Amino acid sequence: MFTHKKRPWAEKLVDRAFIRMTAILASVVSLTVFGIFFTVGFQAVFQGDLSSLLPWNPDSIWQGIAPWNDEETFGVRWGAIPHFGLGFLANSSWNPVRSDYGALTPIYGTLMTSALALLLAVPLGVGTAIFLTEDFLPQKLRTTIGFMVELLAAIPSVVLGLWAMAMLNGFLTVFTPLHTHLGWLPFFGTEPGGPNLAMASLILVVMLLPIITAVSRDSLNQVPIELRQGAYAIGATRWTSIFQVLIPAAISGIVGGTMLALGRALGETMAVTMIIGNSTNLSASWFSPSSTIASLLANQFGEADDIQVSALYYAALLLMILTFLVNICAQVIVKRLALKYD
Amino acid sequence: MTTIQHPLTTSGLNYNPYAPRNVWNRAMNLLAALFSILVVLPLITVILYVLYKGGGAITPAIFTELPPAPGLSEPMGMGNAIIGTAMVTGVAALVAIPVGVGGGIYLAEVAKKGWFAQFIRFGVNVLAGVPSIICGLFIYALVVNTRILWGESFSAMAGGLALAVLMLPTIVKTTDEGLKLVSQELRIGSLGIGASRFVTITRVVLPAAISPIATGVVLGIARAAGETAPLIFTALFSPFWPDWSSGLGLLAPTATMSVQIYNFGIMPFAPQVQLAWAASFILVVMILMANLLSRWLARLSAS
Amino acid sequence: MTLSIADPVISCTNVTISYGTFAAVRNVFLDIPKHKVTAFIGPSGCGKSTVLRCFNRMNDLIDSFSMKGKVLFHGQDLYGPRVDPVEVRRRIGMVFQKPNPFPKTIYENIAFGARINGLQGNMDELVETSLRRAAVWDECKDKLQESGLSLSGGQQQRLCIARAIAVEPEVILMDEPCSALDPISTLKVEETLHALKQNFTIVIVTHNMQQAVRVSDMTAFYNAVEVEGSDGKVGYLAEYNETKEIFNNPKSKDTREYVTGRFG
Ligand SMILES: Nc1ncnc2c1ncn2[C@@H]1O[C@H](COP(=O)(O)OP(=O)(O)OP(=O)(O)O)[C@@H](O)[C@H]1O
Ligand SMILES: [Mg+2]
Repeated sequence: MFTHKKRPWAEKLVDRAFIRMTAILASVVSLTVFGIFFTVGFQAVFQGDLSSLLPWNPDSIWQGIAPWNDEETFGVRWGAIPHFGLGFLANSSWNPVRSDYGALTPIYGTLMTSALALLLAVPLGVGTAIFLTEDFLPQKLRTTIGFMVELLAAIPSVVLGLWAMAMLNGFLTVFTPLHTHLGWLPFFGTEPGGPNLAMASLILVVMLLPIITAVSRDSLNQVPIELRQGAYAIGATRWTSIFQVLIPAAISGIVGGTMLALGRALGETMAVTMIIGNSTNLSASWFSPSSTIASLLANQFGEADDIQVSALYYAALLLMILTFLVNICAQVIVKRLALKYD
Repeated sequence: MTTIQHPLTTSGLNYNPYAPRNVWNRAMNLLAALFSILVVLPLITVILYVLYKGGGAITPAIFTELPPAPGLSEPMGMGNAIIGTAMVTGVAALVAIPVGVGGGIYLAEVAKKGWFAQFIRFGVNVLAGVPSIICGLFIYALVVNTRILWGESFSAMAGGLALAVLMLPTIVKTTDEGLKLVSQELRIGSLGIGASRFVTITRVVLPAAISPIATGVVLGIARAAGETAPLIFTALFSPFWPDWSSGLGLLAPTATMSVQIYNFGIMPFAPQVQLAWAASFILVVMILMANLLSRWLARLSAS
Repeated sequence: MTLSIADPVISCTNVTISYGTFAAVRNVFLDIPKHKVTAFIGPSGCGKSTVLRCFNRMNDLIDSFSMKGKVLFHGQDLYGPRVDPVEVRRRIGMVFQKPNPFPKTIYENIAFGARINGLQGNMDELVETSLRRAAVWDECKDKLQESGLSLSGGQQQRLCIARAIAVEPEVILMDEPCSALDPISTLKVEETLHALKQNFTIVIVTHNMQQAVRVSDMTAFYNAVEVEGSDGKVGYLAEYNETKEIFNNPKSKDTREYVTGRFG
């Protein structure tokens, strides 16, 4: 006769504890995301540190609404969001002396550098991806180039920033004729004389290229060979089939990769901070110093206090919302445009 | 039956170099080649520049001395920053690897579907998109400003936590994807002989997926070692050696190579700038090695 | 064994095709007659697709491909140094085993080829006639603006046939076009082939003996043999004749066994 041997209870316990633990560890990720949004949001609404959330703290933010407190709410020090409201987005002054803060300049800088960078990086990256998926070069060489592009993604952004500072003078001589000949365009309106927005965009291009190239190459590689054969079989040339068949078939990946790159560009900090000049004066010209939200944070957070800290967190919150939306869009686009092949 | 004109029967099979489509194709070929060169060019110049400017500054003293005071040119070292990078990345790895691998196991092995897993996956994706400077601000507000770590503010520990937040999504994703590559038969086989889930996952599935996970972790650590933005307001910087005797080794402001590049690179003093290049050299060499190592790991497991 | 055919459209002389160092088919002599349907039959892996693909230089897409011998199209060497493969493919179209509509609308799937081939005229009319000739008009006349991928597999395949017809090639190569189709669609396609024969020369690979008998005028039977010093079977053209000869009065034992289904 067989006797049904029960699993030892210890083993069961270990099993259950292990499963629980992985679930808890997994929740840490979501908790962190929540914590980041909460913390940044909190600091943007209130001055003072997170410990003022604790009710027994003398600086507690609860004292205003606490039932045992019938004094006024003088203890609560409101931060940038209550102070500046949505006007923060449209105000271009960043003035610690008058405690007047607005994020228009860094918002403009963030959007402009990212847009310029994408404008250059998308054709370059997709072009390279095509070059690497076509049979122009032997497979070995293509793999090597692909690996080199991946390496470029691994170079720390601060190193690229240092390199950009060393290359600055060379690029200024390229920018200068643009100003002298096309200076009537607002974008070229100022004399290039030092760190500037255009340079920051260029360094962003260098950082975005590996992402766009790698993602585009992968999605082009995933287009079934039958589609290319189909295009060739009706007499399409190489580039007709690339533009009319292969790229449309890979578009979800390409657009997704571009959005991913945009997310990176919006939040990229070090290289941009080192080369953009960190000016908070609004200027339409690409050749004048400017700032992005991320560079503003890196540059000012160390010396800021009181309401300025809160204003910086407000700007950080804007940056987070922006990148969050871009990343969500990326995921939706990839899902929407994804073609179904079996 | 149809009114379509057929122009082909008149022309020959031969390649006509002047046909518009052929001209257009050759132009596009050229353009694509040009673009590829433009893409590879920055990589090559960056590496050459770093090797040239940084390689020259590498002396034994770099590893054993402290940096000079601004304006002086002696001693020329950054031993503290090298140790600091190791400390900060070490803390980050110690925090992020268990959490990340555990989270990855949960996603791949425990809850493959269901709203909670979806929710966690979403969280991973969002976290992966959070700008690195924000990770720094988050840890600043959470740890540095509240002095939650034994009353200390800026510290290697705080820096490590900020880097851990940054590494976390990478590690979760590589673990999740690595585990998915393990064949289902292996799991069923192990469970079938009566092994518990704990034993199956830790003794059978995880070892089978160790190479892709290790690859991802190595790359994640290498990338974290080069990160600057999360450190400037958490680990801060320090011109001194870490002070182990007072017990504040990990709890004091700490120099790291990446922050040193930023701080020294924008200084007007030549020795400092040279040290920035030296730090770049060490970081880049380290990262290249990590990438080659991970390639080698991947190839090893493929064969 | 060589059959003399007057005025062949495509003519192979001693063609040997290799992938890398491995010869897939060797020493093929073959003439494809004009405005007829020629069927390629034979066991799997004997090189039918390989030969078919070299008629419109589709093999150029494969890195390891190399060819010896001559393939003439109306007497002109298809692999001559100055020949433009794109021109070749405009004359010699192809339909593949797996349906591969472009990720475009049904309308665009047809119009695209016509447009890049410089055809002028009424595009709506062209789309309709092409779809009609491929026996798929009724099924997609109401959804011309929907994606080609929204059709069923069999409809997709007929769309691909329509796409190939629309560019008005002289020759249409079909590699097992019906293997993904149900019997009804298959019959429709076969009817299509009969009609198309008036204007086109058709070469079709098939594993279906009845189909070969039903649609083809000529049949080429390929076979494969083990060759010493080679790492696989090498294909060759075993017998080529009028279809009724191949099926009723085959010259070789292998052919007889294959067409009667007793092939071992
Ligand atoms: N792209 C390729 N690279 C290398 N070898 C190939 C390639 N395509 C085909 N072959 C080889 O060439 C030989 C002939 O293949 P082919 O596809 O022409 O056979 P087939 O007669 O069409 O078979 P089937 O009836 O299964 O379609 C096979 O041994 C095959 O392995
Ligand atoms: Mg075949």
